[in-house]
Amino acid sequence: MSQIKRVIGYCCEHGAIGAAESAGVERRQFSPEVLIIPVPCVGRVDVLHLLQAFREGADAVFVAGCLEKNCHHLYGNIEARKRVDQVKRILDSLGLSGDRLELFNLASNQGREFKVSVDVMLERVERLGPNPLGVHR
Amino acid sequence: MIIGEQKPLKEICDILEGHRRILVAGCRSCVAICLAGGEKEVGILAESLRLHSDLQGKSWEIDEVTVERQCEKEFVHDIASRIEGKDAVLSIACGVGAQTIQAMYPKVRALPGLNTSNMGAPEQPGIFLEKCGGCGNCVLHLTGGICPIVRCAKSLLNGPCGGSQNGKCEIGKDTPCAWEEIYQSLKGLGRLDLLEANIPPKDWTPSRSGGPRKIFRPEAVMTEDEKQLRGQR
Repeated sequence: MSQIKRVIGYCCEHGAIGAAESAGVERRQFSPEVLIIPVPCVGRVDVLHLLQAFREGADAVFVAGCLEKNCHHLYGNIEARKRVDQVKRILDSLGLSGDRLELFNLASNQGREFKVSVDVMLERVERLGPNPLGVHR
Repeated sequence: MIIGEQKPLKEICDILEGHRRILVAGCRSCVAICLAGGEKEVGILAESLRLHSDLQGKSWEIDEVTVERQCEKEFVHDIASRIEGKDAVLSIACGVGAQTIQAMYPKVRALPGLNTSNMGAPEQPGIFLEKCGGCGNCVLHLTGGICPIVRCAKSLLNGPCGGSQNGKCEIGKDTPCAWEEIYQSLKGLGRLDLLEANIPPKDWTPSRSGGPRKIFRPEAVMTEDEKQLRGQR
């Protein structure tokens, strides 16, 4: 698939955003097809935010929060895990594939892992094909 | 409270087939507490249906509303303007709510988006347990406040069966034996003597033996004079 992909990343300001910055500092270039949306905590990411992203045509969405048992807000990443699993079930029911959505746990010094996470999502889009609702193509 | 859970999304989509203008209607009472049909769940279901519609090119128009109590005509009356012009109302209240909407708006199809399960209570966040069978003839005063009708798999009234092992029911290791719980409750209350009382075979006539049950509260029933003076309600 050669078209431009659209991947949305809801990233925690305390962990994953730092990881993205670390990737930059370490010269680990990741795809510009990813739109990063900083959130104060991934516990703030609602089921509706995820569904609406797909309805607006996102090919894949990831949520990146703090490492497990190390959430800045104690249990926001646990809440996010449950919501991501809920939306995965909805996407599977609708035939859009739950694999288009994933949660990652990252610390701010994990630049390499951030780039790997982005690559994982891009590979999935490559495998699953574009979101039929993508209006930009 | 009434416990229910949403039907699978695919089943809901199948039920809605053939309708275009759809109102998803929730309820802020019981089904909101059991996280099946409150305002939050209405929003998620409505957005999921919009996504389904977009993916399948169905042009569904999905509106959403949540009523204070969908089982009461006064509250359902308030959403008349939202129902007007709709092909169907997808109710994710309990079956009572869906029936109330259908009775008040007979020209619009009221479709169930939720399976009503039982009368129960939250045990832990996200876990709800049946507590009352609505049998119409309560014996909680004899059983330490624990209902043997629904919490015993066999609805036994005079002690456990042979399948009770180490305080658990034979139907599953996660299910406590109701009679073990009754024993512990009565022991704590200092009323083990109640176990000596023989509970006679249950009279099931107040239960589901005579069609839909109707209860009269004479002090609340309006007389004909009252209806004229206060208006029909």
